[in-house]
Amino acid sequence: MKNTIGREIPEKIDGIGKVDLFIGAWEKLKKGWMDEITIPPPNKAKMPHQCKSCMDLEKAIALTNPKNGMTVSFHHHLRNGDNILVKTIDILAKMGIKDITLASSSLNQSHDPLLKYLKDGTITKIWTSGLRGVLGKAVSNGLLEYPVVIHSHGGRVRAIHTGKIQVDLVIIAASAADEEGNATGSHGKSAFGSLGYAMIDAQYAKQVIVVTDNMVDFPCIPISISQNFVDYVVKVDSIGDASRIATGTTRITKSPLDLRIAKLAADVIEHSGFFTPGFSFQVGAGGASLAVAKFIREKMTRQGLKGSFLLGGVTSYIVDMLEEGLFRTVFDVQSFDAAVSSSILNNKNHIEIPASLYANPFNCGCLTNKLDVVVLGALEIDTDFNVNVITGSDGTIRGASGGHSDTASGANLTVVVCPSFRGRVAIVKKKIHTIVTPGETIDVLVTERGICVNPARPELEEKLIKAGLNIKKIEDLQKEVESIVGVEKEIEFTDKIVGVVEYRDGTIIDVIRQVKN
Amino acid sequence: MLYIPGNNPAMLQQGGVYGADSLLLDLEDAVAINQKDAARILVRNILKEIDFYEAEICVRVNHIDTPFGMEDLEEIVPLQPDAIRFPKTETPEELERLIEIIEKIEDKHNLPHDQMTLHVMIETALGVQNVFDIAKLSKRVDAITIGGQDLTADMNISGTKDGSGIDLARKMIVMAAKANKIDAIDTVFVDVNDDEGLRKETEYSKSIGFTGKAVINPRQIDIIHEVYQPTEEEIRKAYKIIRAFKKNKEAGIGVFSVDGKMVDAPVMARAAYVLELADIDYDSV
Amino acid sequence: MKIIKKAQAGTFESSDILILVEPVSGNSGRKIEIDSTVMKEYGESIKELINSCLDSFHIQNIHLIAKDKGALKPTIQARIETALKRASQQ
Repeated sequence: MKNTIGREIPEKIDGIGKVDLFIGAWEKLKKGWMDEITIPPPNKAKMPHQCKSCMDLEKAIALTNPKNGMTVSFHHHLRNGDNILVKTIDILAKMGIKDITLASSSLNQSHDPLLKYLKDGTITKIWTSGLRGVLGKAVSNGLLEYPVVIHSHGGRVRAIHTGKIQVDLVIIAASAADEEGNATGSHGKSAFGSLGYAMIDAQYAKQVIVVTDNMVDFPCIPISISQNFVDYVVKVDSIGDASRIATGTTRITKSPLDLRIAKLAADVIEHSGFFTPGFSFQVGAGGASLAVAKFIREKMTRQGLKGSFLLGGVTSYIVDMLEEGLFRTVFDVQSFDAAVSSSILNNKNHIEIPASLYANPFNCGCLTNKLDVVVLGALEIDTDFNVNVITGSDGTIRGASGGHSDTASGANLTVVVCPSFRGRVAIVKKKIHTIVTPGETIDVLVTERGICVNPARPELEEKLIKAGLNIKKIEDLQKEVESIVGVEKEIEFTDKIVGVVEYRDGTIIDVIRQVKN
Repeated sequence: MLYIPGNNPAMLQQGGVYGADSLLLDLEDAVAINQKDAARILVRNILKEIDFYEAEICVRVNHIDTPFGMEDLEEIVPLQPDAIRFPKTETPEELERLIEIIEKIEDKHNLPHDQMTLHVMIETALGVQNVFDIAKLSKRVDAITIGGQDLTADMNISGTKDGSGIDLARKMIVMAAKANKIDAIDTVFVDVNDDEGLRKETEYSKSIGFTGKAVINPRQIDIIHEVYQPTEEEIRKAYKIIRAFKKNKEAGIGVFSVDGKMVDAPVMARAAYVLELADIDYDSV
Repeated sequence: MKIIKKAQAGTFESSDILILVEPVSGNSGRKIEIDSTVMKEYGESIKELINSCLDSFHIQNIHLIAKDKGALKPTIQARIETALKRASQQ
């Protein structure tokens, strides 16, 4: 079967069941409601003054009655410094639990030690936004029996509402918490900022354990996770490696190439018609994407232009723009560096938001829907503007869906910034390995060798040409890149499906096949 | 003008994307003595195959009195880049020898003598003293540039941020270039992290008459463009002057005034130059 | 061209390729070893390019090691030519 963007997808996939094919970015939203039924959150009760504190994580986990086939979830706000996820699986494995579905909001290099549990059957299914390092490679090589499901940040909330992900146990690491389980990431030695991705799990998981290395007197404020959802509270020595959780301030790249691309992207934004008083803006956390913020900041300062809100993954650079008064508000679902935590704590205009408010497509309006401009990266982009942010040039999983498709779907102007090729590998290609974000939601591609406007936006193209920008047809850019790097040999895949890419509305936009070795 | 080290493929292949007006592919000081052969072959290959878009291409060769200069010319001249940059020029005689060599190579390959131009670098006290004679020697010379660091060393002084030691040299070079109606290009600003310093120095070099400046890092390009770009007010004024000139010409009036100031030939020429910098077509005014 | 000694050209930098060459005894042919960051995508085309370079310099017997970091075609050709010229000079 082919979906509407031409990807070959089987009718049924082992471990997934019957496939609901992608039918277009906004088709399912047009109705105004979601056909799938939402499942109710669990009913729980506690006696007055009942104690929730547990001596250690083992005891708390034992109290939740873990069983084979259970689903365990985590947030990824501890970034590469996370100590809790692997420790939890260690404990479950020691208890002999098998067949776990791991449903972390995302996975990164700090989770590499899980490899042995994928091999020995402790973990047999994975839901995640991202997968990298040795896990990504192992999964791409067909280690798991069932495919990994890659979801967007907004799509994950929907998947929990609809019961596609039914969390039996969530472990929520917090940098501060009290004895009742009120918890936050905004202060403490392991402060990491927003707890935005954990909130939905707290509401829906059958068992909720808050883990902290910083037990504070009741009440712990701000209340990012509130006690009415929490079953147990555990004090540990450390929730993670503070130096990796709280990387200092994020610096703007010094790479001349990234800066060049960022400058061009800022010029595109300036002349797009959306760079107006009160505009809203989101950029990624690194490379060319974050650097766009630098040039937008300069343009806003020079022109005395003020925006309304900044959204998303938040870096200290974004906080600086808030503090300079360039924007009125920051909505923060995920923080990227140490400086951000204190801003969440102290600045009333820096607001911590749950993933549902950030990007869930099925509610009365997530914030990505109100975005004017978003700047996104890409591992690959094809001549229909479809973007891959999950598999690398060798076909293996090494990225994250994140909020890519959520923001692209919502923003008035979606700008993708990337070099046209990296090393010798083309980024702008005729055909990409995996589609995460459909081209119909991408408006402009900015590379060092030219700017391409989606033909569905002729009025935008006209504005940018008038501004004197170097506009090329994406097909021409693709040919130009091919003439520089050459024609690469196509990667060979087997028929085995190792990953399923879910679009934010729950349909399947693409599948990832096992790389042939 | 962006300098690119001749033995660095990553930088060479991206040379055209930074919006520099001109690229200086360097076989001379940016290349270690034991890699001169490698850089020469690499630059030759890259020149043949990589598109540098609108940028003017200039190759800095080694001096003909070094063991590398001749081979550089043998490989590069047949490719006819827009210009050859010749370092450490001290006398008109050595420039004459260079041109002779180049033309011999061009003859061998049946190439014309009037396509590729020469940028002459003045990097010694003797060169500064001879700069006028060097500049006027040949029609092929269309730019004079100053090499600040070598000149500082040759004068046996230590470089300062304000460049006071080489200030006279800068002005002599500009004067020689202007007298021969060719371009004068200023030396690089070496501290790539000091944007304000770069801006100040560029403003100064513009004010004393340089028509451009070399950079060693692509990040420096935008600042130089900003400085050299005429201001909105300058453009408006130039626009007015050209409009008035065209109108008065139709009416047969020779001398006229704009905003109470008389417009004569030099004012006209300056106005036309401002429009050219601003990329405005004279005929469209 | 005759390869009379060991030589190398290029670097380990990104977008560059390091070429090492050495003479082999008699008519033992070409021994080519390639290691590349884009082996899957370009391994074969790098090998073809090396062979066509060796053809153009009429070299039938050689040991050549290539360590590639994503170099483009003109760079690969330049590094091979440089290494061969260095290896053929006294």
